[in-house]
Amino acid sequence: MSSAFRIPSAGRLSQVRTARFSFDGQSYTGIEGDTLASALLANGVHLVGRSFKYHRPRGVLSAGAEEPNALVQIVRDDARKTPNVRATVQELYDGLAANSQNRWPSLSFDVGAVNDLASPLFSAGFYYKTFMWPKAAWKSLYEPKIREAAGLGVSPDKPDPDHYSSRYAHCDVLVLGGGAAGIAAALAAAETGVRVILADEQAEFGGSLRFESGAKIDGQGGFAWAQAAIAKLSAMDNVRVLSRTTAFGYYAQNFVGLVERVSDHLKAPGHDLPRERLWQVRAKCVVLASGAIERHMVFANNDRPGIMLAGAARTFLNHYGVAVGRNVGVYTANDSAYAAAIDLKKAGVNVAAIVDLRDNPTGPVIDEARALGIEINFGRAVIRAGGKLRVSSMTVQPKNGGGERTIPVDAILMSAGWTPSVHLFSQSRGKVAFNDETKRFVPGTYAQDCVSVGACNGTDGLSATVDEAYAAGAKAARDAGGKTAKGTKPKVDGSENWSRGMLGAAPGAGPDTTVKAFVDFQNDVTAKDIRQAVHEGMRSIEHVKRFTTNGMATDQGKTSNMHGLAIAAETLGKPIPEVGLTTFRAPYTPVTFGAIVSHARGPLFDPTRKTAIHPWAEAQGAVFEDVGQWKRAWYFPKAGEDMHAAVDRECVAVRTNAGLFDASTLGKIEVVGPDAAKFMELLYTNPWEKLEPGRCRYGIMLREDGFIYDDGVVGRLAPDRFHVTTTTGGAPRVMNHMEDYLQTEFPHLNVWLTSITEQWAVIAVQGPKSRDIIAPLVEGIDMSDEALPHMSVREGKICGVPTRLFRMSFTGERGFEVNVPADYGQAVWEALWAEGQKHGATAYGTEAMHVLRAEKGYIIVGQDTDGTVTPNDAGLDWAVGKKKADFVGIRGLTRPDLVAKGRKQLVGLKTKDPKVVLEEGAQIVEDPKQAIPMKMIGHVTSSYWSQNCGRSIALALVAGGRDRMGDTLYVPMPNGVIEVEVTGMVFFDETGGRLNG
Amino acid sequence: MAKAAVKKAAPAASPSVERRPALAGRNVSATGVKVEELPPAERMSLRAPEPSVAALSKALGLTLPKKPKTSVSKAGRTALWLGPDEWLVIDEAGNDPLADCAKVAALHSAVCISHRNIAISVMGPAAEAAINSGCPQDLSLDAFPVGAASRTILGKAEIVLLRTAADAFRVECWRSFSDYVFTFLSEGARDAAG
Amino acid sequence: MLLIRCPYCEEERPELEFRNAGEAHIARSANMAGESDDDFEKFFFIRSNPKGIIYERWRHMHGCARFFNAVRDTVTDKFIMTYKAGEPKPSKLPKNSNEVVAK
Repeated sequence: MSSAFRIPSAGRLSQVRTARFSFDGQSYTGIEGDTLASALLANGVHLVGRSFKYHRPRGVLSAGAEEPNALVQIVRDDARKTPNVRATVQELYDGLAANSQNRWPSLSFDVGAVNDLASPLFSAGFYYKTFMWPKAAWKSLYEPKIREAAGLGVSPDKPDPDHYSSRYAHCDVLVLGGGAAGIAAALAAAETGVRVILADEQAEFGGSLRFESGAKIDGQGGFAWAQAAIAKLSAMDNVRVLSRTTAFGYYAQNFVGLVERVSDHLKAPGHDLPRERLWQVRAKCVVLASGAIERHMVFANNDRPGIMLAGAARTFLNHYGVAVGRNVGVYTANDSAYAAAIDLKKAGVNVAAIVDLRDNPTGPVIDEARALGIEINFGRAVIRAGGKLRVSSMTVQPKNGGGERTIPVDAILMSAGWTPSVHLFSQSRGKVAFNDETKRFVPGTYAQDCVSVGACNGTDGLSATVDEAYAAGAKAARDAGGKTAKGTKPKVDGSENWSRGMLGAAPGAGPDTTVKAFVDFQNDVTAKDIRQAVHEGMRSIEHVKRFTTNGMATDQGKTSNMHGLAIAAETLGKPIPEVGLTTFRAPYTPVTFGAIVSHARGPLFDPTRKTAIHPWAEAQGAVFEDVGQWKRAWYFPKAGEDMHAAVDRECVAVRTNAGLFDASTLGKIEVVGPDAAKFMELLYTNPWEKLEPGRCRYGIMLREDGFIYDDGVVGRLAPDRFHVTTTTGGAPRVMNHMEDYLQTEFPHLNVWLTSITEQWAVIAVQGPKSRDIIAPLVEGIDMSDEALPHMSVREGKICGVPTRLFRMSFTGERGFEVNVPADYGQAVWEALWAEGQKHGATAYGTEAMHVLRAEKGYIIVGQDTDGTVTPNDAGLDWAVGKKKADFVGIRGLTRPDLVAKGRKQLVGLKTKDPKVVLEEGAQIVEDPKQAIPMKMIGHVTSSYWSQNCGRSIALALVAGGRDRMGDTLYVPMPNGVIEVEVTGMVFFDETGGRLNG
Repeated sequence: MAKAAVKKAAPAASPSVERRPALAGRNVSATGVKVEELPPAERMSLRAPEPSVAALSKALGLTLPKKPKTSVSKAGRTALWLGPDEWLVIDEAGNDPLADCAKVAALHSAVCISHRNIAISVMGPAAEAAINSGCPQDLSLDAFPVGAASRTILGKAEIVLLRTAADAFRVECWRSFSDYVFTFLSEGARDAAG
Repeated sequence: MLLIRCPYCEEERPELEFRNAGEAHIARSANMAGESDDDFEKFFFIRSNPKGIIYERWRHMHGCARFFNAVRDTVTDKFIMTYKAGEPKPSKLPKNSNEVVAK
């Protein structure tokens, strides 16, 4: 045991279970149950970091989540390097390796500390003043330098190898905070049988019972009582007890976000354990038992390592068995620091002196300190601390001035009082109220169904806290429908009381001084900075905050906000409530991205949708492309083929023999009911009433504004049943659009919609040999042109399974789309493939599909249209029923702009040089010699090399395009201007004879 | 009115090709929870206005539930209330509910979705926690008792959730989401076990 | 995440199951083709975007799939009531039970 500051008789850790760890490469030994902070202090290490701006040496201030100084980098391995870990929160495990941050070359000698000497240059608002000129220097010089200097720690540069999980949970009573108040509330609620969740950020429950040696409940020490109560709660079926769990955000309707640190404290976390677990809890009632946070004293050099909060020193002693020094001074403005002095004195640590700002306080702790022989100085202030890398003395002066006296110390424990933790209450949109008597903000007006109990509610004393919390827990449970509790309220037998204190700068750091008396340690904000902000015109506390950055660091001002506010108020000459408190926002403490993302990474980032035929395509070596969430076979390269060669081959094969194409991703909606045709009439531009069962029609769907929304082939299976297809990407929104009109505008229609996209696998068989391939496998369908003409549909069987067989074509060739129940998709594909092999068929992907349809001038909604294209613009006026009285978009189509001359119209383009393939999206001009910016009259929407045409082909939206047939236009590109001729949209088989070829 | 439905939904007498369900045979076990793909079943999306419900119930051999978030089961056939005029009918006994509805003259829409959905069983004491890894609903027995059924969300996918026992759920999702849903439930199961 | 009461499911359900569908009570004309330009503009383009009480449409997309109407306060984000599609705009709103309650 080399830990010189460990007091074996004190604390609750088992001295046997040691854990080795390193800090900045130096090896130390701690004890299991230590935090990194307590283990370092046990080894006499107080210097643990450098401050953000001035690079001042800093030590451990607190023993909890409010810690502003002791931020370290924890390095587990190459990929696990976590920056800005609070050493007061990180639990020790054997082998833990930590490094200090924001220093170079070493913690004790840091070149950046020159900033401290140059601090007059870095006063409040210096960013806003210093980097204003010359303007050009911002981008080239200031910004890069500031970015380099900004931030603490080093972010990991490898993918996070850990996994994170999440859980939604519901409960009747959610208790946040596991000190005496939280436990009492949870007990009261749990006894009624309602569902209770109790969460605390610490590894062990107890809150301030961890250090309050004077607390006695139900005849035992406070901490022991807490452990017994937690054991009891954990054993109850209706209670979930979560330790190491921080409630970071309180959202609408009692929705609370918590992060449970599952494995950061383990030496070797099991593979199945997540690093953290996000809990999203919905509670009927929330009991806030978040306690209070001790404030430091604001005096010169109050940031020297070895100067810490009195309650923290007490926690280190009473829980971890660590003395924070051998000769400590105490500087206080309330009673609670006395208890720390008394505990340390009793443990054998010398207490050099207690300096108390108050004039003549009385009370049992003061009597006890005096009885122990501790020197007490009333009405005096510590005006400065001596020492640099570690505090070495405190200089004391009567608070109204007078002779100075310097007392050697190796630690100073300070307490300016306790600030109720109203963060979560404030996040719940509750309004805080200032209690003028106790000088603190406490919960005032509630916005949600929650209740604050104990220290966070401004309730003083253990007895009052337990009474209040127990009653609140019982009431919350009763309101949630719990049965009458038969439990008994915990009985408080011993209690400490530590109310009151002071706010703002202490004497010696007043307005007439320029000393570095820190208000916000992490952001290096001093009392002087706050005053300066007011002097420079900041009136609102929100402005003071932003100008000085007070409270804006990762600790969010947990220790600094009230001091900063008091100093601003004093300087403004206004009472504190008139200056107001800045808003508390989530998160309470920093939350990892991992926890927020949780499961949604890797394969669970987003669903990857695959068709039933996907495995076949994969086995064939298909290259896939993403279409929305779908993976679609893009092309099927043979050995040695690049994409170009594969697509050329696939395109030619389809027109020569036949091709098989997986069209399963197309959206499919079954429209059923006696009013099905009426509904179709309203939702599509086309007429449907007269479409015969067994026939198909190409339909266009508009939005109310007259622009094309979707398209697809629709088959009428029966008078009351349509099989509608949509674009792949449009399927969900088209369904939503149709449901919207059906439910809200046309609810009188007797018709229902069912998505059948995934019921049917769809195999397109296209090409002159397509019928020869399909026919041998089909039963019950006459495949002759007379019985099954182009644009018709039949139900029957293929390979013995049901099919909806469409005769239709998106290639311009004789074609079919074979719908079969999805689970049979691959097997039917394989059967068709086998037949196809007899006829020279190929499999083709989406790229060839695009080329083939472009050769025929068939549009793709979303590529050749962009939400501003009417049917007329696209040359599809023929699909708009002219005699119809109504359909969605009918009125939009007659809007002045939609019937105006000169609208962009879809046309074909042929490059003068047939080998040149235009770029999709390229702009089109009339005169390439005009001055820049040129007048753009349109753009290319689709462009391909067409092996079947032996040249490039393109579709484009061009202003007045159909009046420009044969005209020459120009496409200016970085490498020169491309000449194009305006043509019709059909590049191949203009007469359409091949549909029956 | 449902003539077309009968024809297309009739089980193939002799399919000459193999049926290959998504997820076939996949299962994952963790402490306290098992996630596994369930065998194919006959499924029908049934839509009908209130006046048709009695006739359809009679034809289907079970009383279509009218209360939100409930289901009714009888002889291997379950009808889940999904919306005020919408039921998901699942038949695990090999009988075709579409054939039964085809005989009903009352107004309705019956569409075969046997292949659209995949069913995954999540079973064991930790089943509820596993599903709550991505489903925001309250799945306690009070809020979601045995027989409760609801369309809802799991992560980024839509599911239909049916509680078949205190510690057993049937999760239905669309075929192409089944890999995502299964993987999500597996991760949830792993975490729920821990 | 908000809880939204679905009038068809008759209970509050998590916001993730819902999708907003814009302002409510904007009726599509029975004689759409005969609407004037001005009326069409009002129908299709103009929305009230109030600070305060808004009547809007929601769809219980991943639940019962029904569209319904909601009254929501855009300042507090609180739902005041929900009611079925087709029901008239409520002439009187219930007292906002979620209003700040002093404890």
